[in-house]
Amino acid sequence: MSNPTTTRPRPLSPNVQIYRPQLTSVLSILNRITGILLSACAVVLVVWLVAAAWGPQTYAPVQAAIASWIGRIVLFGATFAFFLHLCGGIRHLVWDTVHGFELRSIYISGWSVVAASVVLTVAAWVASASMGG
Amino acid sequence: MDPQNMQNMRSPLARAIGLGSAKEGVGPWWAERVSAVALVPLTLWFAASIIAHTGSDYTTFIVWLRTPLVAIPMILLLIALFYHTALGLQVVIEDYVHSATMFAAVIAARLGCCALATAGVVAILRIALSG
Repeated sequence: MSNPTTTRPRPLSPNVQIYRPQLTSVLSILNRITGILLSACAVVLVVWLVAAAWGPQTYAPVQAAIASWIGRIVLFGATFAFFLHLCGGIRHLVWDTVHGFELRSIYISGWSVVAASVVLTVAAWVASASMGG
Repeated sequence: MDPQNMQNMRSPLARAIGLGSAKEGVGPWWAERVSAVALVPLTLWFAASIIAHTGSDYTTFIVWLRTPLVAIPMILLLIALFYHTALGLQVVIEDYVHSATMFAAVIAARLGCCALATAGVVAILRIALSG
């Protein structure tokens, strides 16, 4: 006779469909999502470098695609993803030294990551625009 | 005694030894942190350099990329970046993909990162070493 417990689906926790999003859980999953998005950006970086090595005829269309409106919107999103992953990563490195695990510290560092990412993204694009972009 | 009962006579510890994550897992975990520490200055330098070159033409960009103080950190950036990417993607794949697909996906991520890092480094060397 087969054992019924082996075929019955086991309960999963936390149930993501009904779990209320919190700053901690949202930042946790965002660190993963931005990491995956930045992997795609790394591919673009290599395409850009290889095109530059190939010569000006190959570089021109790649640069034009990056400088287009769609390219700029994607690049703006990539800038925010980069700073969010960078600041979130630094937060993780601090945690790895066994510091900042108190609930208050976790929320302070969490909102600091959000604020720093927004400020750095805006600062980067303001600086870029002032360079004549 | 059938094989099912034979299995039950083994202690939980005996069944757990050699399985699970408590093997070489700390190696990739540590490598991910080391590459992360390297990427903090390298990516910030790269972002600042790209901002400073907004609107630069092809020649200006190549002349800048050719100097050793740019080519060297660019190569270091590519190595650290794709090392970190391979480790990060592996963790994500292992968490959400199961069975044989997981191994295929991890191998694909690793080989892809190796290929892209090599392509990027060769591109930098070609620019840096061409007369």
